[in-house]
This record gives sequence, C-alpha cells and structure tokens, in this order.
Amino acid sequence: MEDNHKKNKSGISRRAFIRGAGLTTAGTLAIQTGVMAGTSEADKATKELGPNAVNISMNVNGRVYKLNVEPRATLAKALREELQLTGTKVVCDRGSCSACTVWLDNTPVNACMTFAMDVGEKKVTTIEGLAKNGELHPIQEAFIEHDASQCGFCTPGMIMSTASLINQNPNPSIDDVKHATRGNYCRCGTYPHVFQATLAAAKKI
Amino acid sequence: METKKIKMPFGIKGERIEEVEREVPLSEPDAWPVNESLKQVGKSVKRLDAVAKVTGSAKYTSDIQLPGMLIGKMLNSDRPSATILSMDTSAAESLAGVYGIHIMKNEEKGEFPIIRYAGQPIAAVAALTEDIAEEAVDLIKVNYQEKPFVVDMELAMKPEAPIVYDAPVEQKASEGGEEIEEGLKVIGNVRGPNVGQPRGEIEKGFEAADVVLEHTYKTQVQTHNSLESHGMVVDWRFDGVTIYASTQGTQGVRDEFAELFDLPKSKVRVIVEFMGGGFGAKHGLGTHGQAAGYLAKKTGRPVKVMASRKEEQTSQGNRPNSIQRLKIGVKKNGDLTAIEQEAYGTAGVGLGAGVGGVAQSLYSCPNFQTRQYDVFTHAGPGAAWRAPGAVQGIFGLEQMMDELAESIDMDPLKLRDKADPSRVRKAARKMGAERFDWSRRKPKASDNGPIKRGIGMAQSSWWRVYNYNATVEVKLLRDGALEVRSGVQDIGTGTKTILAQVVAEEFGLNTEDINVRIGDTLFPDAPGSGGSQVTASITPAARNAAFQVKLKLFEKVADMLEVKASTLTMEDGKIYSTEDTAKSMSFLDAVAKLPVSQIVATESRSAEYDGDYLHWDLGSAQFAELSVDTETGFIKVDKIVAAHSCGRPINPLQVESQINGGIIQGTSYALYEDRILDRNTGHMVNHSLDTYKTTYGVDIPDIDIVLMEGYNAKSSTDAYGIGEPANIATAAAIANAVYNAIGVRIREIPITPDKVLKALNKV
Repeated sequence: MEDNHKKNKSGISRRAFIRGAGLTTAGTLAIQTGVMAGTSEADKATKELGPNAVNISMNVNGRVYKLNVEPRATLAKALREELQLTGTKVVCDRGSCSACTVWLDNTPVNACMTFAMDVGEKKVTTIEGLAKNGELHPIQEAFIEHDASQCGFCTPGMIMSTASLINQNPNPSIDDVKHATRGNYCRCGTYPHVFQATLAAAKKI
Repeated sequence: METKKIKMPFGIKGERIEEVEREVPLSEPDAWPVNESLKQVGKSVKRLDAVAKVTGSAKYTSDIQLPGMLIGKMLNSDRPSATILSMDTSAAESLAGVYGIHIMKNEEKGEFPIIRYAGQPIAAVAALTEDIAEEAVDLIKVNYQEKPFVVDMELAMKPEAPIVYDAPVEQKASEGGEEIEEGLKVIGNVRGPNVGQPRGEIEKGFEAADVVLEHTYKTQVQTHNSLESHGMVVDWRFDGVTIYASTQGTQGVRDEFAELFDLPKSKVRVIVEFMGGGFGAKHGLGTHGQAAGYLAKKTGRPVKVMASRKEEQTSQGNRPNSIQRLKIGVKKNGDLTAIEQEAYGTAGVGLGAGVGGVAQSLYSCPNFQTRQYDVFTHAGPGAAWRAPGAVQGIFGLEQMMDELAESIDMDPLKLRDKADPSRVRKAARKMGAERFDWSRRKPKASDNGPIKRGIGMAQSSWWRVYNYNATVEVKLLRDGALEVRSGVQDIGTGTKTILAQVVAEEFGLNTEDINVRIGDTLFPDAPGSGGSQVTASITPAARNAAFQVKLKLFEKVADMLEVKASTLTMEDGKIYSTEDTAKSMSFLDAVAKLPVSQIVATESRSAEYDGDYLHWDLGSAQFAELSVDTETGFIKVDKIVAAHSCGRPINPLQVESQINGGIIQGTSYALYEDRILDRNTGHMVNHSLDTYKTTYGVDIPDIDIVLMEGYNAKSSTDAYGIGEPANIATAAAIANAVYNAIGVRIREIPITPDKVLKALNKV
C-alpha cells in the first residue's frame, strides 16, 4: 500500500497554519493591523509583503534593531534567533503557557502568538530589559529572596506577568496575583513562592 | 580502611535528639552538630544561580546556538502499528538547506524501524533552519504496511489482542528508579508476574482477620510535561564530541553516546548548565539525542534536535497507569494480618509498570503476596516519573487503609500508628495532625447544603537512596577562591547551592564565596538526578573533599604558626590553634603564603556509617482539606498540610519549593491529568498544553509545610533528597478527603466532575 506521509487532522500545527498564511495573506494581515514599521501610509495601502523576508525595525529594550524577517516569523522567534535574546522561552508555541511573555509598550503579550512584523512602533520589553542600569526590578529581587524559581524555565514569563501587574497595581491582592499569572504554566509547582514574591515586591515599591 | 569513632546527633527535632557513636572513615570529618549550631547549612540562603534565572541570562540546552549549527526535526509515525516497506527521502534531500537525513535504528537489525505506536520517531532531518527542516520532514514519503493495534490496556490483555512484541524484548531501567524486573515471562502482551518478596502464608493471614476488604483502584497515564522539551545539541569534532543536553544525568548520556558510536568515554563531553524540568523522563540519550548524534556525524556540523510539544507528550515518557486489586485483612485492634495485591499497568511499548513497593514495605504485616503485570500496548513508552510506582501504589494502599479503619471503627491515624513501624512517619503524623488540627474531622458527608467539605490524610515512604559513584573535587586557589567541581547536574532542585553551602560551612566562609561548576562530565563523575539520590550522594562527597583540602592547608599553616596541624581550626575567615588562640592567621594570609598555586582534593561518598543500605524511611504524612460542589461535581482543594522528613535539611527554603511542587503535581494527578488515546486511531488526542489539563496557579491549594529536621547519623552531611517523597501521598490524601466530604468512595483518578456526579447518582 503506497501512501504519502500526511499530518493527521488534529496535527495541523499553528506553525503550519502561519506558514500558509505567510505564503498567501501575510500582506493583507499586515495592512489590516496597520502597525507596520518603516512603511509609509502609501505603502500600507498598496504594498503586499512576503512571502520572502522583509526589512523591519524594532525597538527592543530601548534599542532599535534592523531585522530581516519572514512574515511567518513570530516575535518569539525573532527575539530568540535573530537577536539572541533567549530569555524569552517557547514552550507550547500556541499561547497556552505564557513562558514567552514580553511587553508591547507596557502590555504583556505572548511572543509566540505575535508576528514580528506586527510589532510596528510598539516598544518591546523582554526579561533581559527589565533590570535598569544593572538594578534588578523589585520583582526580580523578590523572586530571588523567596526562591520563586526551581528549574527556572517559566521564570522569565512569570516575572514579565507579575512585574506588569505591580507596575500597574502597586497594591495587589493575592487574587490579583493569581489573575495576572493565570496563564503562566510552571511544572515544578513554584506558584506559592511566585505569589509570595509578588506580594512582597509590591509592598516594597 | 582506617576508621575513627565519632559522636553524632540522632533523632528528630521537636521529639528527642540524642547522641550516638559511629565508626567512620578516618579521612572524613567529625560530625556537624544540629542545624541551629551551623552558619551556612540549614539556612535558606539564596540560590547561586537565581540572578541568571530572573534576568533571562540562564542558558538552557534549547537556547544553545553554535556557529554553523543545523536544526534537526523528527518525522514521526502517524500509524500506531506498521511495518515500513520503503521510504522515499529524495524530495527532502533535494530541498535547499537540507544537510542530512537519519533513519532511526531498527532494534531487530532491519532497514526501517518497526512501528509500535503513533508518534514513534522514524527519521530526522538536519537543515539550516527549523522551518526548512519541517518542510523536509513533510516531503519524506513512507510506505507503511499497517498492522492491527491496541491502545486500551484491558483490551490488550485479552488473548485475541494484537501483539505489540512478537519476540522477547530486553528493556533496561533508567536511573530514575522504575520498578522493572528482569527475566519475567511474557504471554501475549502481558509480562509477569513480578512477585516481589512475598512473606508468610497469605490464606492463614486472612483467616486470622476480623475484617477482610477487597477493592480495585485505578490510576491514569500521566505525562511529564516539562517546560523544556527533550533534546540535545551535538558538536562532533575531530578530537571528540561535546553534547549540550537537557538531561537529568550527564554521566548516563556520556556512557550511552560513547557506546552507541563506539567512542572512548574520554572523547564524549556532556554539559548541562540549566535544565528546564525532567521529573524522571530525562535520563539517557533518548531518541532526539541519538538523532542529533547521527546527524552531527553525518553532516560534520553541530546539530540541535529538540522535541516539539506534541513529541514531548507522545514519545518522551509517561507514568504508567494501573489497575490494582487489593485485599487486606485486619484485626479489630488494628493489626494487619494479610496483604494481597494484584496489579496491571501499561507503560505502552516500554518499561515496567509495577506499583508493589509500598504495599510490600510500608506496613508491618506478616503475610504479604503480590502479582504485578506489565501490559504492552501500542502507545508511547513510559519513563520514570517522580516516585515511579509509589505514587500509583499509595493511591490504592492509602485509600484501603482508610477503608479498613472505617470497617473496624478506628481513626485513620490510629490505625496507621498501629500498623506502621516507622519512627519518622509516626512523628510526621503527629506533627502534621497538630498543624492541620485533625481533631476537627467530622463524620462523612456531614455538611448540609450543596458544598460539602471533607478532610483526609495519606502517607508515603521512599527509599533513602544514595550512590557511591558520587565524586567531588574541591580546589583552593592562592587568592582564597574556592571552586567545587562535579559532573552532577542541578535540574532546578538547588544542587549547586547546597554544594556551596556544605563547602562554605566546612571552611567557615559564606556560601556566595564558593564557585560551583557542575553539570559537565569534564569534572568527576556523579549520579543522575533520579531516585532522590543526589543530595544524599553528593553532599557528603563535597564535605569530605573540602575537609581534605582544609587538612592540607592546615599542614602548611601549622608550619607557619609552629603548632600541630591537629590543633588547628577555622572560623569566620580565621585559622587558629585551639590550644593557643593567639596562634592564628587569617585564611587569606595563609593561602597567599602557599608554596603552590592551589590545593586540590577529590573525594567520594562512602557507605552509610551504620552499614544500612536501603531503608524506606523518607516518610511523610499529608493532610488534605477540600470542598466538593455536589451540584457541579467540581472539587476545590483548599489546603494541604505536609509533614516531611529528608534527614538534615541543607536549604529549608529550597526543600519547601520542592515539597510545594510535589503537592501541586499530586493535586494535578488527582484531579486533572489524563493522557487520552483514541482507540480507533491510536493517536493521543490531548497532546497540547491547553487540552492536557494540569494545575495552573489558580488551581493550587494553600500549602503549609512542616519540615522535619531529622538526624540519622549516616554520612558526613546526613542529608537526603525530597523530590520524590513530596509527590507520593497527595492524590491518596485528596481521595480520602473526597470520601469524607461526600460519603461515597471514588477509587479512580483523575476525580473529575463527571466521576463525582456519577458517584452521587446524579448522572
């Protein structure tokens, strides 16, 4: 019996979907979002981008980088592979673990669910950019103090979620902390120390 | 071996601590006093690598990027059972950016692998980028001859079931501690029985009982779901191979790679600096490590192969399920008279599924008999999973203990006091019950209204495992810098930090003064992180090596101060003679005057001082409090109190982190997790993180830990592991609390809302 290898129906990965999107509709996608960096208004209206790599500029941790990325490239991939910022982790690659959490301006997003091209003028902050002038963010200090990481793989995402919370709400309740980290998966089960650390850090700022 | 006699603390803090005499190797230091008299050990010092973890600078295997590195992706079988007649890789090979293809080995020396489960790795492609590698994988054509398959364990046990292995198969256990027995007979898909170590006369035991109960308990297949998937980067050069591995055992990877590629072990170097979770599944080279090795050899370039999330879930290990029939006899006074167990479990195509260790060893009972069977199914192989066998076994045994207690109208704690000989667990029960306030336990189903609360407890036991093959080098340099080197890895448990604490304590220095380099086979060999053996194995070796370095330093200082070396001691950065404290010099002055640039000592773990090897004495008692919504069937675990012993705790906060993790995983196992295979296609249907339900932060109970400080007088640090003990009792404690809440016993996990409603006759 001759048979080509096929993906089973449930096995169509998001990556494969994006690959398809990149080949057919990425230009349209980009125009709809209207946040393309380095393209004029006229370009936005007419120019289709992709499927080949295009040049964009992106502000990451306060520095502007020129990048050459394919339309299908996620922000997570651009950060990790193009900029070597490997603190942002990819675990599920479909927005269900928050290990890849970064900030666009000051809003936490899943970098695995964001196209690099869609970042536009927004400022990206990654775990590497959280400490300022060598001073750790109070959340980072508190994570160390309260032993809020075991294997540490979820830690960057946990910190980007909790730091965003206390930046916006300096007086969070335990339920606020649980809400802010509700998408962050930690298999080591470090949640209790993450919660303690976040509440302690909030008290200090 | 020359020995000396020393006095050591023995007992449990809060109960009684006495002094015992032990005969120990002359080369080892005198005993430390209890923790409160120490300055580094027993203190919750910060993790040495915490800054790297919170700033994102920690490099894990999946973060490694080497010049010229290729990315490998796996082609996996989409058939659950098949023979591969042919494969056409020509289209994949001609795709631009593809550098090499490797077809996985066939254990029976055929050309193609024999397919025994859906998701089984068949081939790997190395290409310039991940996207190209994935495209190439899709271009490989496989000509399968499909065969019948069976993924359901109970169907696989039937005589007419499709056979997974038609010839005997040899399977080796990993360092993770699976219960696997060699030389068992196989009939159809059923291997066994493993009879353990029977004792007494089972029928006479049942005759002597006042009550005999017999029930069947079922547990599900649980996947590991580590955040970082399995995988390795192999850099093969003319003078040797360097492997960056997401592994729980550097030495195991080195040895397996050397054997597979016929290389001397000296030419294989394995490095793991940071590791994103293992829980038992990451011992050995694995499919992705093998593929990276073959592809690196073939292409002449470094190759990284990391498992996808789906591969992680389907082919990289799981905890076998179990169906356990338990029959236990008890007298009205609480004496157990006979324990009979029959258990079946499937670890898919591989490894054992035994659950009998705890039934055999936890309770005193003169008559014991077990028959444990492994059932092969067309499903991904099992692997050690945090306390393999014990987690499943306790789920059955500890519920049965509660059922027995009820049958003779005795408090569950009292029955355990009667039947359990362990002094450690006795203390754990007492301390845990006090903290939890066990006295508030009400009769079953006594809450009015739809939300019913309940409390329950269960206990666990685990071996005090240690490994002689645990060696540490300590190096003192002329500027006073101290370096600790070992091949041992830190998988997130804090091994790096406790090694520094132990060496700092020995030198009277601070933990952060010690530089620890581990996770590299360039350094002395050490055991894998499995069986909760690392702390017990490696910390005595570190202390012994530090002690030898200190003795060598004292010999030099003795000459300088004109005193006997044996009178010297060191504290707070100062070396002085205990006979004449005026004879002193600072540690830094002393090392600056060394005639050589360094002092090095390499020491290993010695035998337990009292000669006892394995003992099921890492005990715990866990207490659960929960609410059951009898209208929706939803269970909320409100609180777990856990009393645990791990000998002398070296870093209490790190120990608590691990206990939290064990409880949270246990809660997840009790209520949520379940690998689901479609019996019509053989595929896992819930392989993504959003469909394989586990505990997230919103689901966890409040956790209150009673960390017992225990002294057993067995090694120079007297410390033991906690990883596995922490995970064992939780599911059984939750199940017992569910019974207390609703008055109906649910003997199968996960206890999902449908099972609760069914138990209450509401669906």
